[in-house]
Amino acid sequence: MQVYADNAATTKLSETALDAMMPYLTETYGNASSLYRIGQEAHQGVKKARATVAEVLGALPEEIFFTSGGSEADNWAIKGVAERMAKKGKKHIITSAFEHHAVLHTVEKLEKQGFEVTYLPVYENGIVHVEDVRNAIRPDTALVTIMYANNEIGTIQPISEIGAVCHEKGVLFHTDAVQAVGHVPIDVKAQNIDLLSMSAHKFHGPKGIGALYCRKGLRFPNLIEGGAQESGRRAGTEAVYAMVGMAAALKEANDHLAENAEKLTRLRDRLIDGLLKIESSRLNGDREQRLPGNVNVSFEGVEGESLLLYLDAEGVSASSGSACTSGSLDPSHVLLAIGLPHEVAHGSLRLTLCESNTEEEVDYIIRCVPGIIKRLRDMSPLWERIQKERGQN
Amino acid sequence: MEYSEKVMEHFTHPHNVGKLDDADGIGEVGNAKCGDIMKMYIKVDDGVITDVKFNTYGCASAIATSSMATDMIKGKPLSEALKLTNKAVVEALDGLPAVKIHCSVLAEEAIKAAIKDYYDKNGIAYDPAQFNEDTEHYEHHNG
Repeated sequence: MQVYADNAATTKLSETALDAMMPYLTETYGNASSLYRIGQEAHQGVKKARATVAEVLGALPEEIFFTSGGSEADNWAIKGVAERMAKKGKKHIITSAFEHHAVLHTVEKLEKQGFEVTYLPVYENGIVHVEDVRNAIRPDTALVTIMYANNEIGTIQPISEIGAVCHEKGVLFHTDAVQAVGHVPIDVKAQNIDLLSMSAHKFHGPKGIGALYCRKGLRFPNLIEGGAQESGRRAGTEAVYAMVGMAAALKEANDHLAENAEKLTRLRDRLIDGLLKIESSRLNGDREQRLPGNVNVSFEGVEGESLLLYLDAEGVSASSGSACTSGSLDPSHVLLAIGLPHEVAHGSLRLTLCESNTEEEVDYIIRCVPGIIKRLRDMSPLWERIQKERGQN
Repeated sequence: MEYSEKVMEHFTHPHNVGKLDDADGIGEVGNAKCGDIMKMYIKVDDGVITDVKFNTYGCASAIATSSMATDMIKGKPLSEALKLTNKAVVEALDGLPAVKIHCSVLAEEAIKAAIKDYYDKNGIAYDPAQFNEDTEHYEHHNG
């Protein structure tokens, strides 16, 4: 059986999105800036796509700026606000310890340029405390940037509450909502979000396209100088097919938001319960306040890369937060941020489901994992040591 | 990052996995914090490694290098086993991704640790310089 369970990494393009995109790759190839018919048809495609994305987020079309994806949107939002606020003498940024690297590496770069960054703790359950945000805000705070939902452990942050605090204190609020858009209901106005990053391929849209929502009236530097595309803020001929595909996928996801979440939550909980039956395992991140499709479990005495490659051999695609999968010597900063010891973080397994996954697939994973864990533990000197230590106590 | 077919073969079907209850020498290297520990068991007869087993906690390259390295020293005189380098193990595996080279150092170290343990247990004199642990792996992890 082949089971794709890495939907937080990327998702399969939806047929609806593909169908919507195809005409723009074949017949309607005009430049959206051109005045003749196929140019104007392309322009209509962009316009409609922008309106759809705006509607889903509760925003205005002119507040949506298409980008190449989530990382670009994060970079643009944070660097843009930093540049503008620095002129007002505000050089303090508040973020969390477990943001995506698109945010963390961006604020680290700003630190080198003289900004001060407060990294809020995320506690054992992987959730930022609203009071910590309030207490961290200073007169010189330029921006609060807290992710909507964590990409590894799926924990959903109290975005509305953080938005309210920022609004009350008059501080700009950006959220990296790459993992949340299309999966949980979002209303940028009601939630007091000033800037929001999103990426199409996380909700069955095409890769290479995303967007930044930027509240109207917020003055903000351009990203790319050139033509008048994206209100002149991000020049370059539009990838019309990608924008149209993103909008179609988002509309589809949003139309089925509640039913997908209900189905996924059921599958997720079944998978969590099944995996936690394995000895010396733990769920990483809050069990309730988490994305409906996210499962992240650690198994003591095993290393994550070996685990996921053995799972791959059984047909299951998953990911891990071990050092060996991160390409560095340290395990995932997310798992360390929630207080996991290195050796437990190395043994983590992330399985992220989407609405097309089935109960049979979940049960197949539940059947595969124990045998692999046993095989790895049988050859693990670390597991031998853990067992010995337990025997002595 | 991509593993060679050889690496995947040794990872999915590792040779010499297990322990030797009557081992003449045991070497354990690496640490849990870094995500890899290798434990090597050798049986020595008349200066020749007659049997070898390993237990490894680590990624695919750690398991594959353990498997390949044990194959390469089985039936070999200790003097030859001591000359085994991580480079030779990596070559035998048709290479490792650059970020994984440090995993291969562990196998070489584990073999040396097991031989050293055998020498120590049997009161055999040796040149301590050949067990110099100042190798890439430790520099890498402790640096």
